[in-house]
Amino acid sequence: MVQTKPLAAARWRSGRWRLRNPDRVIAVLLVLPSLAAIAVFVYGFIGFTAFASLTRWDNLVPDFSWVGLENYFRLFNTQRFQIDLRNTVTFTSLFLLTSLALGFALAVLLDRRIRGEGIFRSLYLFPLALSFIVTGVVWRWLLNPGSAELGSTGVNLLLDRVGLGALKSGWYTDPRIGIKAVVIAAVWQMSGYMMAMYLAGLRGIPEELREAALVDGASEFQVYRHIIVPLLHPITLGALIILGHISLKIFDLVVAMTGPGPGFSSDVPALFMFDTTFRGNNFAQGAGIAIILLVMVAALIVPYLIYSLRTEVQR
Amino acid sequence: MSRRIWWLAVASLLLWAMTPTGWAAAPSKLEIFSWWTAGGEAEGLAGLFSVYKKLYPNVEIINATVAGGAGAQAKAVLATRLAGGDPPDSFQVHAGLEVEKYNPARFLEPLDDLFKSEGWERVLPKDLLTLLRYQGRFWSVPVNIHRANVLWYNRKVFQDNNLTPPKTFDEFFKVADALKAKGIVPFVFGSKDGWEAGHVFEVVLVGTLGAEGYRGLWTGKTPWTDARVTQALNTFKRMLTYVNTDHPALTWDGAGQYLIDGKGAMQIMGDWQDGWFQSKRYTGYGWAPPPGTAGIFDALSDSFALPKGAKNRQNAVNWLKVVGSREGQEAFNPKKGSICARTDCSPGLFNQYLQSAARDWKTNALVPSVMHGAAAFESWATKFKDIVALFVTSGDVAKTQAALQSACRDAKVCK
Amino acid sequence: MLLITGLKSFEEVNLYRMWDLPTRFSLDSFLKAWFGSESQGFRGINSNFWNSVRLAVPATLLSAALGSLNGYVLSKWRFRGADGLFTLLLFGMFIPYQSILIPLVQLLSRIGLYGTIPGLIFVHVVYGIPITTLIFRNYYATVPGELVEAAKIDGAGILGIYRHVVFPISMPAFAVVMIWQFTSIWNDFLFGVIVTPRPAVQPVMVALNNLAGSYIVEWNVQMAGALLAALPTMLVYVVLGRYFMRGLLAGSLKG
Repeated sequence: MVQTKPLAAARWRSGRWRLRNPDRVIAVLLVLPSLAAIAVFVYGFIGFTAFASLTRWDNLVPDFSWVGLENYFRLFNTQRFQIDLRNTVTFTSLFLLTSLALGFALAVLLDRRIRGEGIFRSLYLFPLALSFIVTGVVWRWLLNPGSAELGSTGVNLLLDRVGLGALKSGWYTDPRIGIKAVVIAAVWQMSGYMMAMYLAGLRGIPEELREAALVDGASEFQVYRHIIVPLLHPITLGALIILGHISLKIFDLVVAMTGPGPGFSSDVPALFMFDTTFRGNNFAQGAGIAIILLVMVAALIVPYLIYSLRTEVQR
Repeated sequence: MSRRIWWLAVASLLLWAMTPTGWAAAPSKLEIFSWWTAGGEAEGLAGLFSVYKKLYPNVEIINATVAGGAGAQAKAVLATRLAGGDPPDSFQVHAGLEVEKYNPARFLEPLDDLFKSEGWERVLPKDLLTLLRYQGRFWSVPVNIHRANVLWYNRKVFQDNNLTPPKTFDEFFKVADALKAKGIVPFVFGSKDGWEAGHVFEVVLVGTLGAEGYRGLWTGKTPWTDARVTQALNTFKRMLTYVNTDHPALTWDGAGQYLIDGKGAMQIMGDWQDGWFQSKRYTGYGWAPPPGTAGIFDALSDSFALPKGAKNRQNAVNWLKVVGSREGQEAFNPKKGSICARTDCSPGLFNQYLQSAARDWKTNALVPSVMHGAAAFESWATKFKDIVALFVTSGDVAKTQAALQSACRDAKVCK
Repeated sequence: MLLITGLKSFEEVNLYRMWDLPTRFSLDSFLKAWFGSESQGFRGINSNFWNSVRLAVPATLLSAALGSLNGYVLSKWRFRGADGLFTLLLFGMFIPYQSILIPLVQLLSRIGLYGTIPGLIFVHVVYGIPITTLIFRNYYATVPGELVEAAKIDGAGILGIYRHVVFPISMPAFAVVMIWQFTSIWNDFLFGVIVTPRPAVQPVMVALNNLAGSYIVEWNVQMAGALLAALPTMLVYVVLGRYFMRGLLAGSLKG
């Protein structure tokens, strides 16, 4: 404390302070609008939503009388919400596993430097340029089951044509399949992304490592198992984070492809939130669902963010 | 140099993108919000528009429709717009307790004076006026009456198999078995939009409990734990064993195609199906009251409200006058496939089905439809819809009945 | 692969012949999807397509500009707590937007932006800050500090350095960010459906969903509509695929 003043004065006289300090101020001023916007639009709004979920606001007109956790109790007792949570777990686990496995397999294949790699890569990545809405509309049509009475359509028709009629199913109109049909479309859209990430990772692994292992008499499979997969762990982690948060929030695809489905078999919390809030005007309950969604996503993201912040600081 | 041109391009793009649309000199507008997009509905709306245009040629009508049966999508959009302070000039709402959802005292203008000056209280039936009053005031102008309980059937299929429309549920199942043996879908059903199952079950409730018993479900007089409700659930469950397998992928009109093609025989749906048949140029259908509902008219009415803060209020008031007028209702209803809310429309304009509906409207016992906004608050009706939709796949009678009872408790109607 | 099959069968599709190759080429379904059909009573998506253009172009430019400045400051002019703030910023990238929709609608209607394209631009710019900042920050981190230091010694200030040193070499990052933002804004549905409920103002994806949501529209028209709505992002992908890839990988946090 005592030290700083004379030091500052000395700096001031030497003119360095004058040069630096305005820049410091400008630097802060430059990022301030964005930070303020995020503070209000992310954190402030989340706070408001959390507050709204503890009130009795179940109509177009806000009613902020306090009801505590009543909305949450009611929510967890609602059959539709219980089904939604189950669907989320099913969707997330299937979607993550399939996309990762498929992405990794494709990346390994492409990494073998086969001919026409560029074309394949472009093809696999292509769905990423599409909106979930477009994907949903197209897949709704492909997986439209037709019916026993009017004949098959879409994929079922294709199965018929190639003599695999036994594999036909009701797809998303069968309550036992429901959300799993949406997984197919989501995997189709996202596995190319995983492939791109893994491919970048594989290309980053030095050739010598592999060759050294092969010289040591390891089989191709062992090389992958003991050397390559562990080296790709950071990529897998990043991929899990990306896919995980997409899958917890999935909304557009379900809206465009199936809607809530028979007996809510393809319903998801995000869709329930939309229905409750903007169709039923039960804002408090909608806010409750939103907060539960947020908590799920945060459970996935926050540890990761803290972890990357720590590694940042170490660098 | 080239950079400067680039900046110019960006700047002009930005400017172009920022220019608001529709600032061209349009003297006067009227934005009408509805969920009438399909066949006969759209034609009926166009009929209303043309009556309006004759009277007010300088007003440009903006038809803000949002597709989706029973207005499920549309209601979400409308609620967002009202809450966001961007109301249309007038919007469609089901007559009855649905209006509660829009918080009339805050978002709507009461229309009692308009009812007086236009003399509507003299030409509208008493039952309907009772239905329209909420908190003692009128909030919307009814344009039509629909009937929710109609059994549509393919006449040729019935003739070929020597069948007559079933009057009781026992007869219904006999007929269904006979048709099933022939490889025809006995009971055509589409459940894609989520409300159709609720609609059919509502009709089954009416047929099982009768007019008095059904009305009591919504006023607290009939407990939801009643044995007759159990019976209705079991009946509905059994009916579902006779439906087309692809019902989750079809809307009611999509399913109706089965009936037109002669691949299906019977369907329970409101009488907008009549308008839809007409728009499909299909005439081979017959109609009857669904099992157990002879002499009962399960009614709903479409009406138009005036939101506070309408941008073109005078045009909107004129619109409501057209909606309530005889000329407007005569232009609208024959195409929409509904009967006039007024009692003075000339019967000659209507087809055979509608004339029969108009006769029933005068003589039958009236019950309010729950799936179409007349019987219960929106939040309760929505719960009812979800519970029944779930029942279609689960078939769990006891659990469903308990859920229906607790929905009634949540609505503060049951103890 | 599927898409190719899908595209082939866009013409004269009906549900039961969808795997047959088209026998004659016709644009009917495309015209119907684009202009709508008065007689069947559904809207085409043409005006909504232009709405999306009006929305995506300015929103993309604005959020790229913001992201560039933020990234520059957060990588080259760190102040105390910058990393922590940056992490807080990143969190905004992952939140389920459902958790902010309710107050968002309230606020937008208060300031008169509700139901308008400018309102939607505003929303996309604000919620685009985290991702654009991230990509620029990672890119500027690779710019050697010596360049900045040298300019400092020459007496340039923070803005001067940005203008003469940093901005001229930012083009690759700009390309990545703009492609990323353009694609995600064009493809967005949730904000569109909530913020602009009016059919005439809605972006193309919302219109497409409405088109596909009504039974009266035939499948082939729906498919044609889907193709038309996807066209711009498909073009971006085909022409600028390289940058698209980079954007994806930049999006995976550790650029």
